Amino acid sequence: MANRLIGFRAALLAGAILLGAGPALAEAVLHRGNAGEPQTLDQAHTSINIEEFILKDLYEGLTIYDASGKIVPGAAESWTVSDDGTVYTFKLRENARWSDGSPVTAEDFVFSFTRVEDPKTAAGYANILYPIKNAEKVNKGELGLDQLGLKAVDATTLEVTLERPTPFFLELLAHQTALPVSKASVEKNGADFVKPGTMVSNGAFKLVSHVPNDNLVVEKNENYWDAANVKLDKVIFYPIDDQAASVRRFEAKEMDLVYNFSADQIERLKASYGEQVHVSPTLATYYYAFDTRQEPYSDVNVRRALSMAVDRDFLAKEIYSGSQLPAYSMVPPGMEGYEPATADFGALSQLDREDEALKLMKEAGYGEGGKPLKIEIRYNTNPNHERVATAVADMWKNTFGADVSMVNLDVSSHYAYLQEGGAFNVARAGWVADYADAENFLALSVSTNKTFNYGKFNNVEYDALMKQSYEERDPATRAKVLHEAEALLMKEQPIAPLLTQADLWLVSSKVQGWQDNAANQHLSRFLSVSE
Amino acid sequence: MLAFVLRRLASAVPTLFIVVTISFFLMRFAPGGPFNLERPLPPATMENLMRAYQLDQPLWRQYLTYMGNAVTGDFGPSYIYKDNSVAELIGKGLPYSVELGFYALLLALVGGVIVGTIAALRQNSALDFAVMSVATIGVTVPNFVVGPVLTLIFAIMLAWLPAGGWGDGSLRFLILPMIALALPQLAVFARLTRGSMIEALRTDHIRTARAYGLPAKSVVVVHAMRGAMLPIVSYLAPCAAALLTGSAVVETIFTIPGVGRYFVLGAINRDYTLVMGTVVLIAIFVIVFNLLVDILYGLLDPRVRHD
Repeated sequence: MANRLIGFRAALLAGAILLGAGPALAEAVLHRGNAGEPQTLDQAHTSINIEEFILKDLYEGLTIYDASGKIVPGAAESWTVSDDGTVYTFKLRENARWSDGSPVTAEDFVFSFTRVEDPKTAAGYANILYPIKNAEKVNKGELGLDQLGLKAVDATTLEVTLERPTPFFLELLAHQTALPVSKASVEKNGADFVKPGTMVSNGAFKLVSHVPNDNLVVEKNENYWDAANVKLDKVIFYPIDDQAASVRRFEAKEMDLVYNFSADQIERLKASYGEQVHVSPTLATYYYAFDTRQEPYSDVNVRRALSMAVDRDFLAKEIYSGSQLPAYSMVPPGMEGYEPATADFGALSQLDREDEALKLMKEAGYGEGGKPLKIEIRYNTNPNHERVATAVADMWKNTFGADVSMVNLDVSSHYAYLQEGGAFNVARAGWVADYADAENFLALSVSTNKTFNYGKFNNVEYDALMKQSYEERDPATRAKVLHEAEALLMKEQPIAPLLTQADLWLVSSKVQGWQDNAANQHLSRFLSVSE
Repeated sequence: MLAFVLRRLASAVPTLFIVVTISFFLMRFAPGGPFNLERPLPPATMENLMRAYQLDQPLWRQYLTYMGNAVTGDFGPSYIYKDNSVAELIGKGLPYSVELGFYALLLALVGGVIVGTIAALRQNSALDFAVMSVATIGVTVPNFVVGPVLTLIFAIMLAWLPAGGWGDGSLRFLILPMIALALPQLAVFARLTRGSMIEALRTDHIRTARAYGLPAKSVVVVHAMRGAMLPIVSYLAPCAAALLTGSAVVETIFTIPGVGRYFVLGAINRDYTLVMGTVVLIAIFVIVFNLLVDILYGLLDPRVRHD
């Protein structure tokens, strides 16, 4: 091990001398495991957190998440919001610089956001910026690019007009899609602006090299406005999609950070590494959807009964070894200013739930003594999902004497089937927050949501509450309306939330400044390493 | 000889054409598409993407466009690794796979032939039995077991070698993946060598050579080996093609930046163009190595003629 480090350091040292970088011996390097190879380093095309971790080290949006996962000023040092909540005026930092030394301007942001909404760009997450006036129409090609509600008032003043008040807009601006690009660089280099040697970035780090599937190296950006407080000289991202392999490399002390490992390793790793194992609840829900278009799932009693009969504690403890938590609400806990509405049966013991479930099922006329209950559970191929489905099937068999079968497809096929409105009985799905707001989870069940409302839940009252939440300007009242909507959703159970997911990290004791947070935001800028 | 090579190369063109055509359409029969992710995209976004990648056009037109571009060496953009073209991805990854595969091939071939020969010379002895048992284990234990076990012992417990990565490309980084990659093939070579060596040792010309009193070493290495090499050489072609184009399993376990994983990743993610690119690559390797082996045949066995 020691030999390897010396060899590696020697290589880095040689590299540093060649590049004429600072004193190489004191170099602080973070070896950061990443859950796979980034598919792109283009903010318009990024979609996964593998890319998010890298991009947010390279670029800085108007707002950012600090080490504790709270929204704080980023490239914008301050902002004001108009009384009606539709006009945001951002004041950019005077000393914000791109890595080539040129200033970061309001025009760069106008260009970046316009690029994301341009239908020709075909940005996967264009909808993140849909709250901007006319953005959706522009993205659909119905309006010209100049119709977007964006204006560079002067070099450091950006005015953004929204379609309607959007209480979570500052959260959206911290999304990786809202990271800026250098207008000059994109205009000059086209699609190649993402390549090492070409990329110009405004974050704490700049891209040095990238060997796909081996490593991606970023180095401290001396032009960053807060460079004085950036403690790391270099971060090396290792893309490792095999979870067992990344754990082995952590154990071999080749990596300081590992994201996502198999839950069945938790006990063993905790025994060996103690505090270095982090289980951090996150804004993600694992749920089962019922196809409300068909019998018997159109019956609320059947849905409630099935949901109640699922022993979530068992799933969380036995299958996920405590790496996930039992969930009784669609919106996970940990969202600022919002209290999730839990299903009424959440307060009962599992035995009481089962009694109640049997009663409901009898009322509906299914199960023992009634019509036979034949259920097919669909899930995407994955050992954990299979274990969950097997356990749930068992619970339904034991409680209702149901005849339960299971079907699994690979991820693409599974979701393609559900998105295209395919019929099913019960289907597994998961949702990870795009931004820390309850609306992001509750909008999935609105009847007009053709893509994500897999079970085609159609409830006028729910739709009306959601509509009201979009129009409400007072944050507290809005939270109340959303809570009411969720309470209704949990009463109706078109979806049965099963688990709140947790992020699993291995954080070497060398790493300083790490804070677990539900938003799972960990900018390298706030980290340092000690020997 | 030259005519033979040219004829074989010419016949490779229709073979490639058929392979590419079948793969193209087979790929499209799989449900889902490159943009059906765990987090589904809104319809408007999906439309923009389909248009940008020309997936909204009829299949026959996509096929013609693909073939037209492929002839000029343009295998299209990767749908998943959006910053790269398929040619770039393969171009960047192939050298790693070839280098690792070459060492693994060398290890498997040399090791396998030596082990197999020793076993053949000591037929039915304890040594033969031991060597062949190990070889059987080598064939049957998959490298997704061998790889992690090697790492556990040599990287984590003993800390002698790195657990993964290419690093600076020095031998230390390659030893474990090389062994994991070579072991199953080494076992095949050993078994092949043992079998054909035993047969060769019984042939008339070997008996004659022995009767003349030639030294045992020269009988085995010069005379018997030449005849015994034929089955090994014929296995060399598929083996070399497989090793040099990388192994998805070994590359994933040891995080080697090669092309082996692209075939599997491409198929899972419905990255049509990436799968097609790797299919073409593997097809070319198979064709070229089969040709090389046929030429080698002629050199080893004077009965084989290429005209």
